[in-house]
Amino acid sequence: MATQHSRSAARIMMAPAVILLLGWMLVPLTMTVIFSFKKYLPLRGGDLGWVGFDNYVRFVSSSTFWPSVQATLVIVGGVLAITVVFGVLLALLLDQPMWGQGVVRILVIAPFFVMPTVSALVWKNIFMDPVNGLFAHLWKFFGAEPISWLSEASMPSIILIVSWQWLPFATLILLTAMQSLDSEQLEAAEMDGASPLARFGYIVLPHLGRAITVVVLIQTIFLLSIFAEIFVTTQGAFGTRTLTYLIFQRVLESQNIGLGSAGGVYAIILANIVAAFLMRIVGKNLDT
Amino acid sequence: MGRITLDKVTKSFGATEVIPPLDLTIEDGEFTVFVGPSGCGKSTLLRLIAGLEDVSSGQIRIDGNDATMVPPAKRGLAMVFQSYALYPHMSVRKNIAFPMRMANMPQEEQDRRIDAAAKALNLTDYLDRKPGQLSGGQRQRVAIGRAIVREPSAFLFDEPLSNLDAALRVGMRMEISELHKKLATTMVYVTHDQVEAMTMADKIVVLRAGHIEQVGSPLDLYRAPRNLFVAGFIGSPKMNFIEGEEAAKYDCHTIGVRPEHITISGSEGAWSGVVGVSEHLGSDTFFHIHETGLAETITVRADGEVGFKHGDRVYLTPRTDMLHRFDTKGLRIDA
Repeated sequence: MATQHSRSAARIMMAPAVILLLGWMLVPLTMTVIFSFKKYLPLRGGDLGWVGFDNYVRFVSSSTFWPSVQATLVIVGGVLAITVVFGVLLALLLDQPMWGQGVVRILVIAPFFVMPTVSALVWKNIFMDPVNGLFAHLWKFFGAEPISWLSEASMPSIILIVSWQWLPFATLILLTAMQSLDSEQLEAAEMDGASPLARFGYIVLPHLGRAITVVVLIQTIFLLSIFAEIFVTTQGAFGTRTLTYLIFQRVLESQNIGLGSAGGVYAIILANIVAAFLMRIVGKNLDT
Repeated sequence: MGRITLDKVTKSFGATEVIPPLDLTIEDGEFTVFVGPSGCGKSTLLRLIAGLEDVSSGQIRIDGNDATMVPPAKRGLAMVFQSYALYPHMSVRKNIAFPMRMANMPQEEQDRRIDAAAKALNLTDYLDRKPGQLSGGQRQRVAIGRAIVREPSAFLFDEPLSNLDAALRVGMRMEISELHKKLATTMVYVTHDQVEAMTMADKIVVLRAGHIEQVGSPLDLYRAPRNLFVAGFIGSPKMNFIEGEEAAKYDCHTIGVRPEHITISGSEGAWSGVVGVSEHLGSDTFFHIHETGLAETITVRADGEVGFKHGDRVYLTPRTDMLHRFDTKGLRIDA
């Protein structure tokens, strides 16, 4: 990669990919920004001209905006907490030598291969259905009144579904990190008199720090945009309307493209704030 | 105090027996080196003493107390690992403090010991650095520092110098020997390098396939190796072994003669051969002599100024008083 010639050749060869990616990103982004400054109602007159920041003001001042931001953050936070904590525990467990390790590992990873729509449907109909669901039967078996999960405990239900999907991802990354831990460090700590808990706290957890930040970063990016799980289960009712879902409702249910686009721009800003935050943490962690 | 006794200790991994029944006593204050080729079980033996592996049968006693089932932390031993095993996210100070912190030692006592160790090991300027910012030799010293502050009854070293470059290794060898003289604590040191064993040990334990081949002081092993294996392992370059007719003259199956006990001459001698490769070290020159009709190669040490060239015909004379004689089983025959 040193000579002038090879460098320009490299640029030419990279160009198609770069142009494609740029176009892929820039065209929709520009269109969203343009629409957000317009009153655009496809079924009620179409493009009704420029309105300045009107859409932005209306989107934020709507009574549904702040609850939706809150719902988004609760889901992201809840899922992150569950996947990281259980991911670490599962990784610890899977790192132990045991019979049938290979099969168990594949089984643990399996939920990640199930499409979000499918897994949400499975949870909704097979587990959480208040009449025929497995949970309902379990509750009845113990003589308790079945819970209608998606309406009475809508938020925990969605967090549960999404966590189930993302736990394998967290486990996988944390397990790989755990396996890269030098066993002599653990033995040294053992000789130094550290209890198993102290070894976990002082050696394993700091070693996992970087992997945990990576898990948090990647998951946050994807969790901010979860949609299928909500669409299939609660349709945004019972306090589960996230920012993404709110934008969807504005654009498709209210047929107000301008307002939805303004929401989209907010979502981009929110995602960037979160990403900037996380990048700094990751950057700090990668330093050491 | 640190007298370690192994009594019929065995270790098996599944069906493979790594250490057959083995007895050994390491006296208090002694610098004992376990030496042997890779896979001879020397590290396993050290880990058994440390408690990082469970013995399959037999007993380990430390200062007369049965320690066979005692967890590693409670044995009062400190170990320095081959990879140093420093905690990468902790500063040097915290690394050294870790064992004391685990023992809930008062802070003033911790600081006192850290300062003393840092001074002894030239680490005072590096206490706030992370291990990643240190050189190999400094990391090694931190690992030793972490062992010293525990004031253990014995130190265990598992090939601690094998990751260092040659010049540093010589320096660290001296430092560890110096440390042993200063602390007068028992040290058990594992290495595959016979030079380390010879230069540092009070007592060398030569191991092969889990068996103890010979135990003794470096010079005992050099002067009177008990069998062919020890004879070939101790001493550098290797002892020359000659079988057949020449050996029969001395009433034995094999004779061994060290390169430094053969004189080389251009005109006369007992054996003749042709010079192959010669290694000039300045102080010494090692000649590899071929076509002697005795063995494939005979290595000879000569003064650095002796200048035979490749292909020269030379004559060799062994010092008969320094010959080692071995029987058909490879065991030493004493004169």
